[in-house]
Amino acid sequence: MSAHDTPHDDHPHDDGHSHGTRRGYLIGFALSAVLTALPFWLVMSGAIANAQTTAAIVVALAFIQIVVHTIFFLHINTKSEGGWTLMALIFTIVIVAIVISGSLWIMFHLNSNMMMPMNPASAPPAP
Amino acid sequence: MFDQTLAKTIFGRLSWESFPIHEPILLVTFAVVVLLGLGILAAVTKYKLWGYLWTEWFTTVDHKKIGIMYMILGIIMLLRGFADAVMMRLQQAIAFGANEGYLNAHHYDQIFTAHGTIMIFFVAIPLVVGLINYVMPLQIGARDVAFPFLNNFSFWLTAAGAILVMISLFVGEFSRAGWLNYVPVANLQNSPDTGPDYYLWALQIAGVGTTLSAINMVATILKMRAPGMTMMKMPVFVWTALCSNVLAIAIFPVLTGAFALLMLDRYLGMNFFTNDLGGNPMMYWNLVWIWGHPEVYVLVLPVFGIYSEITSTFSGKRLFGYSSMVYATVVITILSYLVWLHHFFTMGSGASVNSFFGIATMVISIPTGAKIFNWLFTMYRGNIRYELPMMWVVAFMLTFVVGGMTGVLLAVPPADFVLHNSLFLVAHFHNVIIGGVVFGLFAGMTYWFPKAFGFKLDPFWGKVSFWGWVVGYWLAWTPIYVVGLMGTTRRVRHFDDPSLQPWFVLAAIGALIIGVGIVAFVIQIAVSIKNRDKLRDTTGDPWDGRTLEWATSSPPPNYNFAFTPVVHDLDAWYDMKDRAAQRPTAGFQPIHMPRNTGMGVILSGLAMVMGFAMVWYIWWLAIVSFVALVAFSIAHTFNYDRDYYIAADVVTDTEDQRSRLLAEKA
Repeated sequence: MSAHDTPHDDHPHDDGHSHGTRRGYLIGFALSAVLTALPFWLVMSGAIANAQTTAAIVVALAFIQIVVHTIFFLHINTKSEGGWTLMALIFTIVIVAIVISGSLWIMFHLNSNMMMPMNPASAPPAP
Repeated sequence: MFDQTLAKTIFGRLSWESFPIHEPILLVTFAVVVLLGLGILAAVTKYKLWGYLWTEWFTTVDHKKIGIMYMILGIIMLLRGFADAVMMRLQQAIAFGANEGYLNAHHYDQIFTAHGTIMIFFVAIPLVVGLINYVMPLQIGARDVAFPFLNNFSFWLTAAGAILVMISLFVGEFSRAGWLNYVPVANLQNSPDTGPDYYLWALQIAGVGTTLSAINMVATILKMRAPGMTMMKMPVFVWTALCSNVLAIAIFPVLTGAFALLMLDRYLGMNFFTNDLGGNPMMYWNLVWIWGHPEVYVLVLPVFGIYSEITSTFSGKRLFGYSSMVYATVVITILSYLVWLHHFFTMGSGASVNSFFGIATMVISIPTGAKIFNWLFTMYRGNIRYELPMMWVVAFMLTFVVGGMTGVLLAVPPADFVLHNSLFLVAHFHNVIIGGVVFGLFAGMTYWFPKAFGFKLDPFWGKVSFWGWVVGYWLAWTPIYVVGLMGTTRRVRHFDDPSLQPWFVLAAIGALIIGVGIVAFVIQIAVSIKNRDKLRDTTGDPWDGRTLEWATSSPPPNYNFAFTPVVHDLDAWYDMKDRAAQRPTAGFQPIHMPRNTGMGVILSGLAMVMGFAMVWYIWWLAIVSFVALVAFSIAHTFNYDRDYYIAADVVTDTEDQRSRLLAEKA
């Protein structure tokens, strides 16, 4: 069904995918290495006294790392497959965000409304 | 002692006790099924059809044949699911006061669980997927789907799940925990029997099939449209199929995940959904309904597409508001993710959460309402032909709107606190599923049957079936609305209040009238096959259609189109007829096609054996079948003989034959 004339074509995937360039991979690798080394350094050197701030920065760097991977290694950009890969990614992010944040929201409310202590002695006194 | 250990090792928990020798109803059913099954097997052997079935059907990668196999699977399972429905209706019609009815609670609970599970997973999904499979590639002018082998594999996985559910009827028990296998009832401590395990394995296997099929369809629509067919020139059915399958890809992993966690609970003693040790059954409800609500739209969106195609064809007009139809479909796709909590308003999330999901639910009725207006305006001043598919459309609009309105009623959280778990709710979702999905499937089957087989369905028996379904639906479900509004709860086997009985008797009569509709449908097919020469259509375009599937012959050759059509307008085939485009009759070239393979049958069969072994704790068999499953999958990757060419003179012969038929007609 493809446009190829022979059944055993050597390049069956040559249909508009971008496979990246050496330059792109090197930039991606360098960014990933830096983004990985930085959290290690932050934790091991204790450069920031507050542990919570450190954790927040580590998580933020992890998210940046995800973006770097999608751009440089998964080659998701506005052009590949006519923009469908980017569209699929955005859709996935929206859905996963809805599912996770919705579940957390719902379960938080259910937890505070419904999960009463089973032991009557430890129940809060009636108002 | 030693014998017992040996038997346990070989057969797990399967023993003579597992067979329902003490249940007369099941025993009779079992005998009938065995006799019928043996009869069919004998007939197939006698007429030497095994080779034909295997090479032409079971191993086929042709999307048209796979689509037909999906339809056959769905119709067979419809008969099973409907038998369950009639049993429930009869039980509820007689079980009042001193009369306990004829079903014990244990059996009744299995019946309503099986009914719901089968009707959604093995009737509605196969029928919808089957129609998409058959029609969509033709509508976009493609030769097959993007991954033909995967398509065959998906079908057989679905069939394997269906067979596993059917086995549970005679070997062991089915789940008693409702169609979504609710915890805590489905937890190991409350259901130590095989019921929930059958449910989980059957649906996990079928679920993989549905997910793979959805991926396949999305890839097909995005990559294989005929030249010129931009997104906004796709037929509405293709659009709805796209949105439905995108939804399916996004939600089925959630269901698979929830089921996997429940399996861990049941097999490895974990505590995700138990009542103690930190488990939380409410999380199971949350997860299954994240799947469950979008699933409704997975089923109904393609059916909306069917209605759109039929309304436009039988009104002889372009669809009113094509782009608004597309946008409404996309909006529903997104919004359907934001409403799942309305299935458990009463679980206790509180006012803020409930009001958000209540409003989101009401909002989703707006794009749906827009679609109804689009169909009405398509009919307005159209040259309407009230043939059978169009009759289904009108019946749908009248029925579905009522279901939509009761849905909005249920979306109001305070009202839902009164109606939750009542028969009103049950009547509501049967209203939208029968009035929406089932009517649409029948419309679609009647509409596309001549495309698939080359002759129309008999209109007389079709009308009997139509009126059976429509009258039966209203007679069966209006009383249920009434008793539900009065506070009768669902999943009840016996009632104390005798004043309710007339309503349930009416409902049972309604179910029997639906039965007339179903029997008439089967008769319709038989009569149509018998009278096929009288009902024959040689033009390939019996309804004066508008989309590309009507451009080729009926049934289409296995390559669909000798030359890939070029699309210039929405309603591409109408546009071609309008411009008097000539069918190419010469210059055919060899056509590259995918080759059949039996691997889908083998892999799915192994998956089914593994599921059965896991249900019965036959560990050695589970391990063997799993290893074989992996081995065969790897072996299949070394099969390079996957395609062939249809020679140019074969194509020329086929097309010449069609030219002759067309000339005879003219």
